[in-house]
Amino acid sequence: MATRVVVDPVTRIEGHLRVEAILDDKNVIGDAISSGTMWRGIEVILQGRDPRDAWAFCQRICGVCTTVHALASVRAVENALGITVPKNAEIIRNIMELTQYVQDHVIHFYHLHALDWVDVVSALKADPAATAALAQKVSPHWPTATTGYFSDVAATVKKFVESGQLGIFQNAYWGHPAYKLPPEANLMAVAHYLEALKWQKEIIKIHTVFGGKNPHPHYLVGGAASAINLNGDNAINVERLEFVHDLIKGAQQIVEGLYLPDLLAIASFYPEWTTYGGGLGNYMAYGDIPQNGVNDPAHFRFPRGVILNKNLAEVLPLDPTDTQQIQEEVAHSWYKYPNGTQGLHPSEGVTEVNYTGPNLPTRNWMKTTATRLSRRRVGKVTRWRLVHCRGC
Amino acid sequence: MEPSERWLTTYDVLQKHGVDRRSFLKFCTQTAAAMGLSAALVPKIVDAMETKPRIPVLWLHGLECTCCSESFIRSAHPIAQDIVLNLISLDYDDTLQAAAGFQVEEIRRKIMKDYKGQYLLAVEGNAPTNDGGVYCTVGGQTFLSILEETAADAKAIVAWGSCASNGCVQAAKPNPTGAKPVRKLITNKPIINVPGCPPIADVMTGVLAYVLTFDALPELDRQGRPKMFYSQRLHDKCYRRAFFDAGQFVEAWDDEGARKGWCLYKMGCRGPTTYNSCSTVCWNGGTGWPVKSGNPCIGCAEDNFWDNGPFSQRLANVIVPGIDATPDKIGEALLVASGVGLAAHLTSVVARKQMNKSNPQEPDQPAGKE
Repeated sequence: MATRVVVDPVTRIEGHLRVEAILDDKNVIGDAISSGTMWRGIEVILQGRDPRDAWAFCQRICGVCTTVHALASVRAVENALGITVPKNAEIIRNIMELTQYVQDHVIHFYHLHALDWVDVVSALKADPAATAALAQKVSPHWPTATTGYFSDVAATVKKFVESGQLGIFQNAYWGHPAYKLPPEANLMAVAHYLEALKWQKEIIKIHTVFGGKNPHPHYLVGGAASAINLNGDNAINVERLEFVHDLIKGAQQIVEGLYLPDLLAIASFYPEWTTYGGGLGNYMAYGDIPQNGVNDPAHFRFPRGVILNKNLAEVLPLDPTDTQQIQEEVAHSWYKYPNGTQGLHPSEGVTEVNYTGPNLPTRNWMKTTATRLSRRRVGKVTRWRLVHCRGC
Repeated sequence: MEPSERWLTTYDVLQKHGVDRRSFLKFCTQTAAAMGLSAALVPKIVDAMETKPRIPVLWLHGLECTCCSESFIRSAHPIAQDIVLNLISLDYDDTLQAAAGFQVEEIRRKIMKDYKGQYLLAVEGNAPTNDGGVYCTVGGQTFLSILEETAADAKAIVAWGSCASNGCVQAAKPNPTGAKPVRKLITNKPIINVPGCPPIADVMTGVLAYVLTFDALPELDRQGRPKMFYSQRLHDKCYRRAFFDAGQFVEAWDDEGARKGWCLYKMGCRGPTTYNSCSTVCWNGGTGWPVKSGNPCIGCAEDNFWDNGPFSQRLANVIVPGIDATPDKIGEALLVASGVGLAAHLTSVVARKQMNKSNPQEPDQPAGKE
C-alpha cells in the first residue's frame, strides 16, 4: 500500500518549501511533489519603480544567495537602456559574484547539506589520533590535522551532547543506518563545519569593500560606485586591494585544502547516491563572469548553453532574449495568465494570483520554468556540466 | 521539575564547551565593550553569565529572504560564533537546524509547553494577512497563526530586521500580501525591534547579549528600537561628515569627489535620516559600511524606506504624498515631511558654511526631528 510522506518545512534552505513523496510497498518513491509555500509579490511591487532602484528590491529575493539577483537586475536595466559598463566595474562585479559563488558553495556543503551525511552524535565515538591520520590523508595541506586539535573538538562535542540541550541538532536522525560515515570521518566533518563557519564571515568582507555590507551589498546601474584611486586614502587603493587579495587567498586555501577534499571523502561513502537524481536530463546555464561585457558570451569564463536529453555530445546555443527559448508556466501554480496556460517569456511575464486552495494539481507559489519547451535544471551541477562539455 | 532548575547558565554551557575561565572573563569584557558599557560593569556581566539561565529561543521565519540569519552568523564577536549561538539555546531555526518536517514543529510545541512564559521568540520576516494568510504556510499552517500561537506564551519578542520591525520589501506599495510587521499583529508582549535589511551582525548578537546578561529588555526608543544601537543618525558619526560640513560633495559617480571620498548626500545618501550603527559599529567585523565603499546609504533601517525612493535622488526632491486620515498615513507623511525639512535645513547649513568659511568650527544645530 502506498504511503504518503510529507516534509514541511524542508529545513536548511532559504525560503519555504514543502515536499510530498508517495512511496510504494517496497518504500520506493514513485511520485513526489514539491511546493513553494511563500509568495511576497516582488514582481508586482517592482512595477512603476525607478529602474535604478530595482536591484535593491530584486536582491531581497534571497539573502543567502545575496548579490546575484541584484546583479541580474542591474544587467537587465543596462540591457534595456543600452548601457555598457566600464571595464573596472565589470572586474569588481566579477570579483563580487565569484566571492558569492565560493562562500555559498562552502556554506551549502557544510552548514546546509552536510547534516544529511554527517552524524554529529557518532563523532563522539571517534578516536582523535585516528581522525588526525584520516584528515592528514584526506586534506594534507590543511594545517590543523593533529591529534590535539581533534581531541579538543571531540571534547567540545561530548560536553555539548551531554548537556542534553542539543539546540539546532535536536530531534534529528542521529544513529540512523543511512548515515554511512565512520566516527572519525564524522568528527573530521564536524570540526570542519566549525572551521567553515568561522571562515565564511571573512570571505564576504570582499563585498563590504566594494558594496559596503554583506548580506545585501550595494549595486549601481551603469557600473560600480566604489571609486578607485590608487593615490588616495578614501577609495579603493592598494591597502583595500591587498585586503581583497588576502581574502581570496584564504578562500583558495579553504576550497582546495578543506572543502573539495571533504566533499570527495564524504561522497566516497555514499557511492549509490551518484545514481540518483539528475532531473529530466535537460540542463541550462546562462553562463557568466564576462571578460568582454555581458553581450559577448563567447568570452564568459563559465560558458552558456543548453543540454537536452542528457546528450553531452551537443551543447545547444541559448538566446535569453528569444521568447521561445525561455518561458515561465503557471499550470501548476496559483497564478493565472491572460491567455490560458501557454508559457510566457519573462519579459512578457504576468504575476496575477489565483489561489484555488491546497488541492493538487495546483499547489505552488513558484512558477515552472522551461528552456526550449523542456523542463530543465539549472545551478551548479549544470554550470559544471557545461564547463566539462565545452572543455573550458 | 521546574524549567528553571534544569536550565544551565551561560557559564555552565561555556564550560561544557571547553572554554576556560580566563577565556570566559575575556568574553565578558569584550561583551561589555560591544555593548558600550564601562569596565566597571564587567563583574555584573560575569555574575549574570554565571548565574542566569540560558534562554530557549524559537526563531521563526515568515515572509523574508533569510538575510537576517545570514547576517547573524557573520557576527565577529571575539568568542567563536558557535559558542555565541549556544549562549542561547537555539531550539528552533529552520535555516540551520538538522531536523525537518514534523520533527521541528514538535520541537516548537515542546518548548512552548515546557518553557511557557520563559522562552524568547525571535521573528525573521513578517506575516501576510490578506486572503486568510495563504501567502506563507509552514507545515500546512499559516505563518500568521504560527506567529500568534508562538507569541502567546513567549517571554518577549525580538523582531529581527526591517521585515519584522517595519514590513520591509513585501510591505512596499501595493503590499499585495497584506504583510504586517510583528508590532501590528502582537500587541500584548514586549517587542524589541532590530531594523535593518539586514541588521548588523554585531547589533543582533549585542541585543541578545544584553537580554541574556541583564535579564531585561534594553532601553528602547519610541519605535521599540534599542537606544544603544539606534539613537544616532549615520550622518552624525559619518567619517565623511567633514566633507559635508565643508560643502564638498560627490556630484557624479566618476568625478573627482568620488575618488577623494567626499560626501554622498547629493547622490541620495540617506545617512542624515537613518538611525542605525553602520557608521560606528560598521559591517562585517568593522570592515566598512556602504558609505565607506562609496555607496550612498539607502536607509534600510527606516520604516517605509522602500517607498521613499528613488534612492539616487537626494532627500530634498522627495515628493510629499497626500495626507489622509489613517494614523499610518499621517505618521508616514510626518516622516517624509521631516525629511524635507531636514534637507532644507542641511542646505542652509552648507550654504552658511560656504559663506562663512572663516569660521569652519561653527557648531551644527540638531537637524530635523526624529
